[in-house]
Amino acid sequence: MPPELTPARLHVVTGKGGTGKTTVAAALALALAADGRSVLLVETEGRQGIAQLFDTPPLPYEERRVAVARGGGEVKALAIDVEEALLDYLDMFYNLRRAGRALRKMGAVDFATAIAPGLRDVLITGKIKEAVTRRQDGRQVYDAVVVDAPPTGRITRFLGVTGEMSQLARSGPIKTQSDGVMAVLRSPQTAVHLVTLLEDMPVQETADAIAELQAAGLPLGSVVVNMAAEPVLPPDALDRAVAGELTGADLAPALGAVHLPGAEQLADALVAEVVEHARRWAAQDALRARVEELGRPTVEIPLLPGPMDLGCLFELAGRLEEHLPAAVAR
Amino acid sequence: MAADTATTRTTAGARTPRQAPAMELAELIADRQTRIVVCCGAGGVGKTTTSAALGLAAAEAGRTVVVLTIDPARRLAQSLGLTELDNEPRKVDVPGAPGELHAMMLDMKRTFDEIVTAHSTPERAQQILDNPFYQALSSSFAGTQEYMAMEKLGQLRASDQWDLIIVDTPPSRSALDFLDAPNRMGRFLDGTMIRLLMAPSRAGFKFASAGFLLFSRIVSKILGGQLLRDISAFVSALDTMFGGFRERATATFELLRRPGTWFVVVAAPEPDALREASYFVDRLSAEGMPLAGLVVNRTHPPATTALSATRAEGAAEEVAESGDDGAALAAAALRVHAERMQLATREQHLADRFTSAHPDVALRTVPAAAGDVHDLEGLRAMAAALTGPDHDTPTGTPRTRVLPARRG
Repeated sequence: MPPELTPARLHVVTGKGGTGKTTVAAALALALAADGRSVLLVETEGRQGIAQLFDTPPLPYEERRVAVARGGGEVKALAIDVEEALLDYLDMFYNLRRAGRALRKMGAVDFATAIAPGLRDVLITGKIKEAVTRRQDGRQVYDAVVVDAPPTGRITRFLGVTGEMSQLARSGPIKTQSDGVMAVLRSPQTAVHLVTLLEDMPVQETADAIAELQAAGLPLGSVVVNMAAEPVLPPDALDRAVAGELTGADLAPALGAVHLPGAEQLADALVAEVVEHARRWAAQDALRARVEELGRPTVEIPLLPGPMDLGCLFELAGRLEEHLPAAVAR
Repeated sequence: MAADTATTRTTAGARTPRQAPAMELAELIADRQTRIVVCCGAGGVGKTTTSAALGLAAAEAGRTVVVLTIDPARRLAQSLGLTELDNEPRKVDVPGAPGELHAMMLDMKRTFDEIVTAHSTPERAQQILDNPFYQALSSSFAGTQEYMAMEKLGQLRASDQWDLIIVDTPPSRSALDFLDAPNRMGRFLDGTMIRLLMAPSRAGFKFASAGFLLFSRIVSKILGGQLLRDISAFVSALDTMFGGFRERATATFELLRRPGTWFVVVAAPEPDALREASYFVDRLSAEGMPLAGLVVNRTHPPATTALSATRAEGAAEEVAESGDDGAALAAAALRVHAERMQLATREQHLADRFTSAHPDVALRTVPAAAGDVHDLEGLRAMAAALTGPDHDTPTGTPRTRVLPARRG
């Protein structure tokens, strides 16, 4: 058995909307599944984003294999359906599955999730905890569980809602259940990873989320910088472009030499694009320092050209696989 | 016969894709009949900046406008250079504008507390405010934010202090939540279920059947007796306060259907965001709510379309091989252009797909700024991109598109 990549078994992936947390969660699941490990990838927001990424039909409320990794590893995916999770729960704790089905017909399940809207999050985190701790024949069923979690704005509430519930319900079965879930979420078995872009507001939200998660006693993992662009220009040209010192005259002769039509106008247009490219890159680069200040292990994964497919996911997974042991060493 | 079909198919395939109608936001916000503009879309597409930019444009067009933002990340505050926004509109200094721009950030707990205080005796109000279930409901549960956003919108509209209200919707999982959550919540608070559950005997319902009793037992099992007692106390306190939680939600919902309200759907040029926009457009049309159009935000139009990506790649190689003075720089510039053309082509393709599914939906593309939009100057540039005339652009590409339509 190869050495473990990381001591954490539950990887919660969050990020501001639009940062690509579903993609990162999927790539992380592939990375963790390498060398024959078994990984569960969990969808919590009912968007079927995982099915789209892996190009499979919409996922049912059932653990289904979506990818095979190196050395016989596998990734299973599960889209949590809140109603089904509630029925599971009734069955597991009260042996009430049949009654539960009848209640669903009455619209009572809808009602129960509405009566305490936090119940949704309780059921989802409860299901996650069950998968993390599930054992069969004396060993754990999953080597790791990766969660495509709600966005940074909601993550602390999502993970902490069980704690809130346990205060609200000061006794009773939900209290016992909540305490069990919180014990897993607050243990070193868990790592909350934050996905960001090199843009002001995602970095700010990441900083805010780190502070909130820390205050709530939830264990932090890495910061994943997604879609980091590589500069196309040579370094000195980058600086000149940012400073606005580049003009069409710098490009026109070389363009004219290869007989491009309208070389002068073309040169002006290209300069405009080059300046924008350079400024965007400079703005991103400036944010690297702020990401550094967050004090978390950080990994950058590149913006890949073309549409996202399984090949791209494996490429991103490779980057994460290199990062994980380094993150642990820190 | 078979040949006929084949011909028809080829002709249909070769036809230029349908052109989306142009969205004229300048007219829309300058029109005094326009009283409410709701910006909606998936998270992370730039709704808040769009709302703020539209607000700025409206103030500059002479309107007295308030922008209501709900986002807990305080993005609008940053965009407007304000350090603190409370639950009341604050005036934003816009030098030279004939109108006025106000901005506020929704504090959902405070809004809820204010409703309770305004509609109850002080003792009753205190009872509700102290109730643990109320505290959880008003500060942390999903759905409350949307409900309070609707409530605040209703209040702002009723005060008649502004002639235009621009609403930025909460950063929910789905854009549809903004329409659905308030009703769901109103239904819950006024619901017969909750009344039945709390006091089946008092309510005098005849159908407190065996099934129902089983249900109430299960609910109490799951949630625990204490929580049920808290809820019960909360509901009965609420009862004496005012009956119409649901009516309030319904009234505001109806406001969104009245003439003078327009929805602007915002999306990034990405499959997920456009899919979400598609759902929302369908839903608005089903609800009979007026759609101003779709803003495709953060596009990357090239500075010239005279050179295709393929030709730029080829030229880059040729230039690099020549090894002349400045060849490396020129080759890099051509590669930057080739990447840009590829990106723009993908974005245009996605916009075309949206238009073929929704041919009547007006569209406006807004190019990405080189950095973040965080000051009035940045907002002004965005406002110009949002409200500028469709055909008046430096490259000649209409603002409806990322790339010009293919000729022939």
